This record gives sequence, C-alpha cells and structure tokens, in this order.
Amino acid sequence: MEETVEIGDKTIKVDAELDCFGLLCPMPIVKTAAKVKEIDVGQVLKVASTDLGIKEDMPVWCAETGNEFLGVKEADGEYFVYLRRLV
Amino acid sequence: MSDSKAKEPVAAAMNEIQKNAGTKKKVTIVVFSGELDKVLAAFNIATGAASMGMECTLFFTFWGLNVLKKNDAKNTASGLMKRMLGRMNKGGSQRLPLSKFHMRGLGTWMMKKLMSQHKMPTVDEMISLSKELGVQFMACTITMGIMGIEKEALRPEIDKFVGVVTYLAEAQESSVNLFI
Repeated sequence: MEETVEIGDKTIKVDAELDCFGLLCPMPIVKTAAKVKEIDVGQVLKVASTDLGIKEDMPVWCAETGNEFLGVKEADGEYFVYLRRLV
Repeated sequence: MSDSKAKEPVAAAMNEIQKNAGTKKKVTIVVFSGELDKVLAAFNIATGAASMGMECTLFFTFWGLNVLKKNDAKNTASGLMKRMLGRMNKGGSQRLPLSKFHMRGLGTWMMKKLMSQHKMPTVDEMISLSKELGVQFMACTITMGIMGIEKEALRPEIDKFVGVVTYLAEAQESSVNLFI
C-alpha cells in the first residue's frame, strides 16, 4: 500500500523510508545523507528516529544541502521527519 | 535616490552569496588528545560535517596519533626513552582510555558497553565511516619523530604525512577549525 502523510493542508506521497530507531547523533544524519542519494530527485523520504536532536538538525541539514524539509511528526518520543530530495 | 539604486548593494551582496554557495565549506579538526571520549567527539563532528557536504580534514598529532597506531603495532623505536615511551604509550584504536573515570580500564569498559547498547559506532567503525565519507586523515610527522613511530606502525587509512604548514594551509580555507 502506498504511504501518504498529511502535512499542513497537503497530502504527500512517501517514496522511501529510513529506520534510525535507537541511533544517536550523528548517525541518523549520516544515514539520511546516504539514503537521499539512493532516491530520485523529487521523491520524498521518511526518516524514523528516536533522537530528539533530529527535530532541529534535519531542517538545518536540508537547508545546508539544498533539499526540502517538509515537516516532522512526533508521537511518544518517536520522530518521523519528511524531506524531499531536490539536488 | 531612485528605488533601483538603493537595491544595488543588496543585489551585489546576493550575487556574492550565490557565488559562494557553489564552493564547498571546509572543516579542519586537530586531534591532539588520544582519549576515547574526545576522539569520538572529533569523529562525530567529522562524519556529521561530511554528511552535510562539507570537506573535512582531521590532523592527528601528539597523543591523537595513538588513534591511528595499529592495534598490533610492534614497538620499533630505538633509544631507551623512546622505547619506554612506546611501551607505556601503546596506543591503538581499541586501547584508548576515557579522559575521566578510566579506573584502570573498568570505567572505559563500562562506557564502551553503554555506547554499544546505544548502537554508537566504535572508534574502528568511525575510522572506516569517515573514510567512506571522504574525510581526509593527516598524520603529524613531528610527533612520529619525537615518539619514534614508524609509518609501518600506523594504519593504512592515513592520506598524508605532514607538518604544521600543510595543516595551516587547510585551516586557512576552513570556516570551522577545532582543537580537540
């Protein structure tokens, strides 16, 4: 089944997912950087993490690398970050 | 003054920013300490920077060179003092002590246990991860001379054997420069 996520008033299709549960900084970022290279430009990646820092780090990482930060959802200490590959 | 004139300096500044956007940002880190906690901090910053698309150079000097000593390196130093130093300062990625609470190895053992429970990479894993991400390793030849460390005693991951000038040239181009 195709996964989608509601961010703001938009419904966005998720193309790939990366499991970073239990990993501490900087591993979620290191893995995200590698995973983003595997998906196509324009595709959306969902990163699942338990690292609180990712909420602040991922928007900055996206800005620095020229990718689009779509948003973050959180529930019970779990964070799901959505971003779109642009470069 | 017309509106378009007022905007000119802003436009020029924006052009400058856009020009710089294409050039790679650089990080240089001097790894002076040979302690597990400090070394892991250096590797965390290095791998994080590389993942952000920054160029990163680690300059290993003095006790920091212990990180790059082979774990099974022979003590080939000549002269009493260098031999003694080599014996007391064995080095090797798996032998690094904590800077606090080493407690004859017990504290370090416990810290390594905790780190592995949290799936933190070991120093060895950090070395290979850094190399995969293109982090450059430089070894300080001055330290090698003083401590009697031969090239053969060091790991193959080292890109360059250099002195302070090469490090400074790299640091000059870096926007982030740390001494750990």
